[in-house]
Amino acid sequence: MLNIPVMRWGEPYESLEIDEVLHFATGEPIAKVSQANGGIIQRDMRKAQQARDTLRQFKISELIAMIAKAADLYENGTLPLGDGVQSPDDFVHQQSASTGLPEHMCRSNMGKNSFVLKNMDRILDCLTRGLDLDILTKGYGMESRGVMLSYQAQAPVLGAVLPSNSPGVHTLWLPVIPLQLGLVLKPGPQEPWTPYRMISAFIEAGIPRNVFSLYPGGPEAGAAVLSSCDRAMIFGGTATVEQYKGNHKVQAHGPGFSKILLGDDVVDDWEKYIDLMAESIYINSGRGCINCSGVWASRHTQEIAQALAEKLGPIEAKPPQDEEAGLAAFTISGMGKAVWNMIETDLKESGVTDMTSQYGDRLVEQERCSYLRPTIVHCKRPENAIAKKEYMYPFSTVVECPQDQMLSKIGPTLVCTAITDNQKWAQELSDATHIDRLNIGPIPTTRLNWLQPHEGSIIDFLFRSRAYQVPE
Amino acid sequence: MSVDSSSTADIAAKAAAARERLDQHAYEIVQWHFHESTGCPFWLQKKKELKFDPLTEVKNYDDIKKFPNFEDDWLREGSVRNWVPQAFADKPVYVFETGGTTGQPKRRIVIDDFRTDYEMFSETLPDEYFPRGANWLMLGPSGPRRLRLAVEHLCQHRGGICFCIDLDPRWVVKLIKTGQMDQLEAYKKHCTDQAITILESENNVQCMFATPKLLDSLADALEDKGSSIPQAGITGIFSGGTEFTPQWTRYCVEELFGGPPEKSGVYMTPTYGNTLMGLACSSPVTAADKYKISYYAPQPRAVTEVVSFDDSNEKVGVGETGRVKLTTLTKEFFVPGFLERDEGEREAACAMYPWDGVSGVRPYHEFASSTTVGVY
Repeated sequence: MLNIPVMRWGEPYESLEIDEVLHFATGEPIAKVSQANGGIIQRDMRKAQQARDTLRQFKISELIAMIAKAADLYENGTLPLGDGVQSPDDFVHQQSASTGLPEHMCRSNMGKNSFVLKNMDRILDCLTRGLDLDILTKGYGMESRGVMLSYQAQAPVLGAVLPSNSPGVHTLWLPVIPLQLGLVLKPGPQEPWTPYRMISAFIEAGIPRNVFSLYPGGPEAGAAVLSSCDRAMIFGGTATVEQYKGNHKVQAHGPGFSKILLGDDVVDDWEKYIDLMAESIYINSGRGCINCSGVWASRHTQEIAQALAEKLGPIEAKPPQDEEAGLAAFTISGMGKAVWNMIETDLKESGVTDMTSQYGDRLVEQERCSYLRPTIVHCKRPENAIAKKEYMYPFSTVVECPQDQMLSKIGPTLVCTAITDNQKWAQELSDATHIDRLNIGPIPTTRLNWLQPHEGSIIDFLFRSRAYQVPE
Repeated sequence: MSVDSSSTADIAAKAAAARERLDQHAYEIVQWHFHESTGCPFWLQKKKELKFDPLTEVKNYDDIKKFPNFEDDWLREGSVRNWVPQAFADKPVYVFETGGTTGQPKRRIVIDDFRTDYEMFSETLPDEYFPRGANWLMLGPSGPRRLRLAVEHLCQHRGGICFCIDLDPRWVVKLIKTGQMDQLEAYKKHCTDQAITILESENNVQCMFATPKLLDSLADALEDKGSSIPQAGITGIFSGGTEFTPQWTRYCVEELFGGPPEKSGVYMTPTYGNTLMGLACSSPVTAADKYKISYYAPQPRAVTEVVSFDDSNEKVGVGETGRVKLTTLTKEFFVPGFLERDEGEREAACAMYPWDGVSGVRPYHEFASSTTVGVY
């Protein structure tokens, strides 16, 4: 069993507080993870500037080259981890063991992270809109069109309080090192694996270890990261996001409430889009904020819900090693049942129908974990309470709503796929400020173009554009 | 002030003597609280509902198990005067309240108990680090809590003067529950600012009480000013009030103080106390023992036992985990079998404290998720 220490600016620190990670299905001990207390984090942040100073000794292009090397190490290397080493297969097994994700999904998520690392030059080019990256290093510089530009880093490090649910979110912090800011990560309790492996790959690729801090720990550790870093991101539920509303130091990533909207001009052809809808709901076991949790249309909603239920309803829970496994387990005791209880309460409302009930019980309880099988719920009205819900498994409502009311009723939406050729409506969707990522046309909500900013541009968050003048 | 290396036989002999003293004390206290001339209205009324006569059927400590477990709500309802023993009816009475983290606070009456508790505690403090005559800083909860008066008395008892700050822990809990973390930080700063003003203006403050989080904040604030706990002249710290973990103690010793007492000159003693019990002392905490913290109640005035989660009359084995059960046995206040909101491991008697202790104290697992722990 691995012993994984806290990492304080690259230095291992074995805490007296240990969290034991067990395999969710077998109870097999996987690792002992040291837990950081809040005081340690606040204290360490006094030295945050050294991380940026260290990274600015390298050119951004050099860091990008190291990151590309790290991509290969992350995907294929056997890397140091705590008091042992970790092969890619170990990583997949360990991540699956604690998160409940099937192993093939863990493997596939490695590919996404690796892709982002390998393409960091293009990603930064897109995120900065083609800026000469030396301007970020120096803080100012002259563009070829003869205009002086200045971008000032707003913090020497980025702090991140990471979730346990979806390994894909790690792509959000990967550009930080080539932007010459240090990383201060508080891993999700069930998912310490990606941050540790990624940092290990970075260090093996030549990035100095003293620019990384990793603080597994409880809520106190998360609060300390957020309060002591001038720029930090957090992932959590609605209550968490609300708590940080208006706090310019914190970028809060909450539930996605991602949706597919079918325009009146295409809805009669709904069958053409069923596979796209199913993929958006089901892929990666519906765990991500980019998974669709609501399909909205003005008519045919009963048939759409029925067709989705036929496609997804029969899917069974399978062991994590099964290549066909499509569902992730709830590894926290009682969580699956608690989620199902909430859904059952909402199902009692008039106009709400569980279209998947005919395919057997949704809640599957096993000795040490539980599963929820895909659930499709039809709502006759947008006002039905369940139409505003999102859960961490393949769950979606199909909501009947006139097209001209959709924008005012869908609520905050991270990814919106609007299938329509109606240019006027498309313009209204483009103008809607409660939609973050917008796809006009038949694109699954889960297919991201990594060359686009995801959930807010990290450049805008970390750097301030300002005036900078020198005598002419 | 170290636990000596007494033999097992020595400890067993001391434990037997302590037990004999406890049995005698339990008998006397029950006689006192259930006699018409000395008892308080609450227990005299309760006596009528009991299926046994405490005056004839409680002969030793074990007989106290005949009482039903003490219910929290008895301390939340009715007139607090009901708790004043007849024998003390003419004495000045204090009311001390618990933090109120779970709604209506529990209240108890006190006449002199807090002074006695802290005078006993004073005997456990090493004079080298808690010099007699030194002034104290009290950086903890004020208002209707026992701590402010108790720490002030401790300080006065040792010949010093105590400087206090204002801290309302219930406001802290409200800020946390409503997610106003910026306000929480501001309030914490407000408290540490007051403390620094005292430390900067009064040069004989060598001892202090602080809750763990306020101690951390104070150290941070001092460091912002280019100083530190040792540089501010603090040599003795008595800390408690919230959950106190070995890791946190290690962090304090290694990083806030700069090493163990012999190196940094700063000695910290963790304590576990509450309004109902008084103050449980800790056996000395050392790096060699991985900063393990074991608490021992001020027996025979109060007894803590670690009992089974299923049967509160069943003590768990030494080293095993259970819920902390408290029995308070003073003439001012009698609390039989109060189940604390904490759990921990049962610790064996030691030479310094020859009775059961408890280590690893933390919120009872069934309550932990709903409890808000603030700066207090």
